[in-house]
Amino acid sequence: MSMARTVSDTRLIFGRYLRQTLRSKVAVVFGLTQPLLYLLLFGPLLTRLGGVRGFGSGDAWQVFVPGVLVQLALFGAAFVGFGLIGDLRSGVVERLRVTPVSRTALLLGRVLRDTVVLVAQAVVLLGAAFALGLRAPAAGVAVGLLFVVGLAVSVASLSYVLAMRTRSEDAFAPLLSAVTLPLMLLSGILLPMGLAPGWLDAVSRCTPFRYVVDAARAAFRGDYATAAVGEGALVTVVLLVVSVALGARRFRAENA
Amino acid sequence: MIEARGLARSFTTRHGTVEAVRGVDLSVAAGEIVGFLGPNGAGKTTTVRMLTTLLAPTAGTATVAGCDLRADPAGVRRGIGHVAQGGGTDPSVPVGEELDLQARLHGVPDRRARIAELCELLELTVPASRPSAALSGGQRRRLDIALGLVHRPRLLFLDEPTTGLDPQSRGNLWEHVRSMRDRDGTTVFLTTHYLDEADALCDRLLIIDRGGIVARGTPAELKRRVAGDVVTLELSGAGEPGPAGGEGAASSPASAASPASAAERARSALARHPAVREATVTGRTVRLTVQDGERELMGLVRSLDAAGVVLASVSLARPTLDDVFLAVTGRSLRDAAA
Repeated sequence: MSMARTVSDTRLIFGRYLRQTLRSKVAVVFGLTQPLLYLLLFGPLLTRLGGVRGFGSGDAWQVFVPGVLVQLALFGAAFVGFGLIGDLRSGVVERLRVTPVSRTALLLGRVLRDTVVLVAQAVVLLGAAFALGLRAPAAGVAVGLLFVVGLAVSVASLSYVLAMRTRSEDAFAPLLSAVTLPLMLLSGILLPMGLAPGWLDAVSRCTPFRYVVDAARAAFRGDYATAAVGEGALVTVVLLVVSVALGARRFRAENA
Repeated sequence: MIEARGLARSFTTRHGTVEAVRGVDLSVAAGEIVGFLGPNGAGKTTTVRMLTTLLAPTAGTATVAGCDLRADPAGVRRGIGHVAQGGGTDPSVPVGEELDLQARLHGVPDRRARIAELCELLELTVPASRPSAALSGGQRRRLDIALGLVHRPRLLFLDEPTTGLDPQSRGNLWEHVRSMRDRDGTTVFLTTHYLDEADALCDRLLIIDRGGIVARGTPAELKRRVAGDVVTLELSGAGEPGPAGGEGAASSPASAASPASAAERARSALARHPAVREATVTGRTVRLTVQDGERELMGLVRSLDAAGVVLASVSLARPTLDDVFLAVTGRSLRDAAA
């Protein structure tokens, strides 16, 4: 399968699923409400915690907003597998698989759509955060967004792999919450892990999202040349490569 | 168009290994409509999924539309269309978008003209903006078929094409399948568990049961191979008590010797008739299996007349594919579905 074929097929599949998303605007808006609520109803509390030990330097919004962005990516992307289960059930997946379409494009087209949706939501969220008082360098916000996008692509790919394996909402949903909730709590999305007792901090360091959150926070502060950004970049790239490779393998499998 | 040898597929489940298809050999020539007939769970869909590259066979080889199934699955996909049992459309996606994407993925030149042509041929006269959820069952099925045909495949797989359709839509769909073959020379391989469908539509049939092909031939050949025609005689036994539930084979010597009742006399008269293969008596009804029943019917009636048996009615029924299935597997197709 040639590269050009994969690219053009990815574009076609992306178009199909983007149009599907645009038809169900409710879902996109709904996905945004939760992080917006965190921003509006939880964020103001944090601004009172300014000088607390472990909170790190910088404004509370600079700490909090990257966390909410990662949360948006994590939850938004984790649930994309439901759409695939719907397509498995309606027969769309098999119908597409009997065409000469690139198998990889069937994954990438979907993931690209998920990424575009996430970036749109993130822009809205950042606008709201600026209105509430976030101040961060534009370059830092851009770098932070890159981390979030890398995370979303990884999580979406893994979500599709899980959906392909479970093939039913009943099995997929509990598995999803069993995985995402601890990962979210351990990543220090809501409060920085600098506040955590030693053991919790140690456990947290074993989960990938911790590094992504720390890196995004450093970027929002404008501290680009730090260990946090380096580690975050490394973890994100490894996660990205592994997840997309797993996804591509799953979509290429004869009996998918 | 299809050459398969020893095609097999087993699945590993919690309860061990299930052999869904065990060594199927089949050939389908270009331009044929071949039916794959069998009860639910016989292995029809599994075989079709293997032949359409959706499922890797655990054993065997196949050439489909000129390409080797294992070595060149992409080539197979270019040459075939596949309409799955449950269709393959997203209910929320507009009809026009589904067709357009399918045509683009197949690289159909001048796809707008092709889609317009297909919609006209299949009488799919719905606005392109309508989501497939809003189509009738028959329209949705024709959309599925249009999706399978958009790239003018030489070979079309139809998995249970008319399940869930009303009788009128079924007849209409049969017409479309026939004209597809007559007009474009499209080879059609279809699975069905409906006997009338197999009978009405297919040039040739393969009967599959429990993962293996148990019979093959044209519908007429298969029916000839079985029992023969069924002749049912209703005896006019005014005042005469019928032998309560008496049943037995005509060939048994005891029946020839037993006296009296009309049914017994009828049976002994018929047992000597060379065309009669089997006779059973139930009350005043005699059910005969007769080779070439239409021609022999007069002779049967005459020999009954000679034996002094008065008939109330005579009926002749041609064997159905259900009889074929019964003869081949020992089970009725209706009961076998499980």
